[in-house]
Amino acid sequence: MSEREVLELLRENARYSTADIARMTDLEEREVEATIEELEATDVVRGYQAVVDWDKLEDERVRAEVELNVTLDRETSYDDIAERLARFPEVKALRLISGDYDFDMEVEGDSIREVSQFISEKVAPVPEITQTVTHYVMASYKENGIELGDGEGDDRLSFSP
Amino acid sequence: MTFELSDRVETVPPSGIRRFFEIAEERDDVISLGVGEPDFATPWAARDAAITSLEQGKTSYTANRGKRELREAIADYVADRFDLGYGADEEIIVTAGASEAVDLAFRAFVDPGDTVAIAQPAYISYEPGVIFAGGDVLPVPTKEEDDFRLTAEALEAAGAADADVLVLCYPNNPTGAIMPAADLEPVAAFAREHDLTVFSDEIYAELTYDGEHTSIATLPGMRERTIVFNGFSKAHAMTGLRLGYALGPADAIGAMNKIHQYTMLSAPTTAQYAALEALESCDDDVREMVAQYDRRRQFVLTRFREIGMDVFEAKGAFYCFPEVPEGFTAEEFAEEVLREQGVAVVPGDVFGEGGAGHLRISYATGLEDLRRALNRIEAFVEEHA
Repeated sequence: MSEREVLELLRENARYSTADIARMTDLEEREVEATIEELEATDVVRGYQAVVDWDKLEDERVRAEVELNVTLDRETSYDDIAERLARFPEVKALRLISGDYDFDMEVEGDSIREVSQFISEKVAPVPEITQTVTHYVMASYKENGIELGDGEGDDRLSFSP
Repeated sequence: MTFELSDRVETVPPSGIRRFFEIAEERDDVISLGVGEPDFATPWAARDAAITSLEQGKTSYTANRGKRELREAIADYVADRFDLGYGADEEIIVTAGASEAVDLAFRAFVDPGDTVAIAQPAYISYEPGVIFAGGDVLPVPTKEEDDFRLTAEALEAAGAADADVLVLCYPNNPTGAIMPAADLEPVAAFAREHDLTVFSDEIYAELTYDGEHTSIATLPGMRERTIVFNGFSKAHAMTGLRLGYALGPADAIGAMNKIHQYTMLSAPTTAQYAALEALESCDDDVREMVAQYDRRRQFVLTRFREIGMDVFEAKGAFYCFPEVPEGFTAEEFAEEVLREQGVAVVPGDVFGEGGAGHLRISYATGLEDLRRALNRIEAFVEEHA
């Protein structure tokens, strides 16, 4: 139970201190530490990352959602293809999905050229891949559950009964 | 010319928190723990339903008692959540906030000379409401050693046996106290024995963090003498939409509707569409907000104990009620911590008897602000201890 609670809080804000998590959950701080260590040791928690609004930065960041279709044979499974693709650092997310195509791949790079080259030189030539459709991200409104708009602000009165 | 004010208006003193507004205005870095409303926006599905209703031109009056569909949804909701059985036709009235419902009840059931006992500390509007209706207020103080729960002894001691109406608000604003069934029983017995009408303001019912909320109206012999108030402001974060309701026996709700139809006509139509959607599809949003409040509650209680301020285990609403350290009145502490540290809190005296020496701390504020505010209070206490 405490594991679930701690996980929920880390998902809300991975930078909460263990002391604050302990205060919010009524656990001892060392229990929180042990729970987090356990979550990490068992690979439940795979990492912690910042949610970035790239539009707020000067440097361009190019992201693309790529649809991939593949053909399988007796020696090659979805997992085999996925493992191969996932090793590329340009690939930020890779999921097998239901529907019109097989894999949904998120790719990130410094320029359209870089991303395009990656798709055409590294991904498309993979023998099992029969088709790629690349969609460049034009704007992002919400990432990891966080809205990227200007927010609704707090316009409440400082005192109310 | 000068207006000659009615005695009723003159009798009511000005609001005790007014001057704190002015002090708060002087600083631009104030973190407020003085807010009695959620920091969340209304769940999007409810806002979306309100927008759609506007787009469709649903902007006329509704039935006096509120849209039938909404009353049916309220009947299902209170039956499901609180075991309260009320018919949509005659036993429910939808109002402009629970505040209107409370006012209607005072006006419908209090005659000049009638005595209204109010369990205090309590939400600040009951007392003026009684006075505007021409009644007399009888404060019934609750005590910290009872976890600010109302007891039959306190009622007896205050002389509530001779009162006509008893007003309860649990989960309580400002203390965060709750009244579990076992504590309500003797209060209900007192009300039956002395033939008191009970007004039970249960606006914070969903925000109960220990067990389930029990309504006094579900106890034996209480339904026929109780009016229950609830609404969408707190649990559904809809304060500005102004939507509440009252539940009671048909003749009582009929009497309240008589006033409502001439003074309000009907509760805001747009808000009724939002409320209907809130009941139909926003349970998860409510659960998530309640989970957030509960974490903040534990955070704040723990921090006050770390700071060395006594605080009882508040288990409801979004308030806790710590004691001010020795050497301060609540008023002094609230004023100085606002001036020196820019933290806004409300002195407990504002909420009537039993509130002296305490502060109302609202944790309807994001964790980051709570953390900073509590650090500032800690610095203040260290400096002045």
